[in-house]
Formats: sequence, structure tokens, C-alpha cells
Amino acid sequence: MKLIKFLIAGIFFGIVMAKSEAISWYRIQEMFRFQSFHMFGIIGVAVMLGAIGVALIKKFNAKDIYGQPIKFTPKEKSIMRYLFGGIIFGLGWALTGACPGPIVVNIGYGFLSLIVVFLFALLGTFLYGIVKEKLPH
Amino acid sequence: MTFIELIKQPWHWAVAGAVIAAVKFTLIFFGQSFGFSSNLRTICAACGAGNQSDFFKFEWKAQIWNLVFLVGAIIGGFITYKFLSTGAPVAISENTIADLQTLHFAAPTGLQPTELFSIEKLFTLKGFSILAIGGLLIGFGTRYAGGCTSGHAISGLSNLQWPSLIAVIGFFIGGLIMTFLIFPLIF
Repeated sequence: MKLIKFLIAGIFFGIVMAKSEAISWYRIQEMFRFQSFHMFGIIGVAVMLGAIGVALIKKFNAKDIYGQPIKFTPKEKSIMRYLFGGIIFGLGWALTGACPGPIVVNIGYGFLSLIVVFLFALLGTFLYGIVKEKLPH
Repeated sequence: MTFIELIKQPWHWAVAGAVIAAVKFTLIFFGQSFGFSSNLRTICAACGAGNQSDFFKFEWKAQIWNLVFLVGAIIGGFITYKFLSTGAPVAISENTIADLQTLHFAAPTGLQPTELFSIEKLFTLKGFSILAIGGLLIGFGTRYAGGCTSGHAISGLSNLQWPSLIAVIGFFIGGLIMTFLIFPLIF
């Protein structure tokens, strides 16, 4: 099954997010108050190892399991959309203590009120799609 | 300490960072990329939002792998709760506990504050509004910024993308405004 491997990757992702407490509102508060290295350490190590891995993939023109060359699409250049979009997301991240991944991991963990956060996040994405053309990008 | 007892303890940040990087490279070698919030757009598209906006007119079926990843993340949360958790309160810093007490949050007794996430709170106007507004901001903001913590902070920064750095700075501006300016007004 082609999709099973993504299910397993997702399970690992869910476990690591839960076991590192990155899905906890308390940890996100601690991060935004700069009172612990915990979250910065998680993101920092992931980015550092990520940067090394991406550099190696590029250097050796690595291929994926289907034999296709691995390509990284550069993000389109702009400031407005990243800054404004980022700020709006940051407000929601601090309020609920969850970014999109942790929202669903929390639901699995049994914090069912996060289902409301998830449904409204869908609505937020839908609203963005509706007003997209009117926003500075 | 057996292996199970060991992994039941909260994981060190360095271990967690390494596992997240491993998940990211697993997806890359499976021919995809690590970005969670695209799922929100995919679900909108699958529900027919393409009738309302061209933004949702795309080959969403090519994104089913990411929805499967999402389902896996839910299962991972459940497995952790059921088999890999000690139930101990999150060991956040004393300073954070003190700060949160001024906002009327008790010291942690578990993973999440009941002040925000208990089912009783969900059925209050304030409790529901917080979750709903938070969700709207997350869904709108991630799509406007073109990614969330996984797509920008992890994938984008490790590919040395300036736009992702701008987005991450935005995440923090928003988070700090919420934490220091808005929290004292609402809690």
C-alpha cells in the first residue's frame, strides 16, 4: 500500500509532538515568554539537522524512493503576505497553544474541544480563499 | 528502566528535534514535503470549496498522502495518551507558572489547562469564542503566509528561505502581541 507509509510517518509525528509536549499550551506560553529553551531547542535542532540534510541532498543530487530527483521549490519572494499572514497565525498559535499539526494530535490525545479549533481553522482557510484577491501579497 | 518506561518520560528537546527532522526527511524521500497546514486547503477543496473560489480548484487528490499523514498524527496522539504517557503535569518553568497565575491559570496538572480545554469551558460563550477565534486566525493566517510551523519554520528555514524567516518573525510578532497585550485583557 502506497499510503500506509504516510500513515506510519504521521503516527511517529503525532508521538513525537505529544511526547515532547510541543502540543501543550503551557509549552507554547513558556516559549512566547522566553522562559525556557525547550521549544527553541526542538525547533532549533530540527532546523539545524534539516539544513544539513537539505544541503547533502542538493550536493549529492539525491533521489527519492521512486528514483525521482529531489527538488526543493523556493518560496515566492514577497514580504507582505509572510509578515501579515505570519502575524495572524501567531495570534492564533499563542491563543490556542497549537499550530495545525498539534491541533489534530491533541484531538487524538483526547482533548476533544480542539475539534472546534480545527473546524474553525478550516473556516479560516476557506475565508482566506474567498478574500485572497483583495489582500496585499 | 525498561525501554517502554524510558520513552514514557517526556522527551528531551534534542531527541524531539531529531525525530521531527527524521519525519521531514522520510516525507522528502517518499517524494513529498513536510507542511501540515496545506491539509486545511485540501479538505476545503474536497468539500467543494472550489465552487466558491479558484483557490480551491486544484488537484486535491494528489494531496491525499498528507491527509493520511494527518490521520496518522491523530493516531499518534491517541497511542501516546493510551500507552506512552505517565500523566505527569508538564514541567514548565516556575516563572511561567507565576506569570500564568496572574492571568488566573492554575499550575499545570496535566498536559493542557482545563481553564481552556475542558468540555465545560467549551459550552461557555467565552470558552467557545477563544477556541473559535483561535482556529479562524490559525486557518486564515497559515494560508495567507503560505505555511505554518512545519512548512515555514522547519522546512523553509532548513532550506534557507528568506520568506520563511519573515513568516517566522511574523509568527513571533503575533504570538508576543497575543501573550503580552491581549492575554491580560481576556484572562
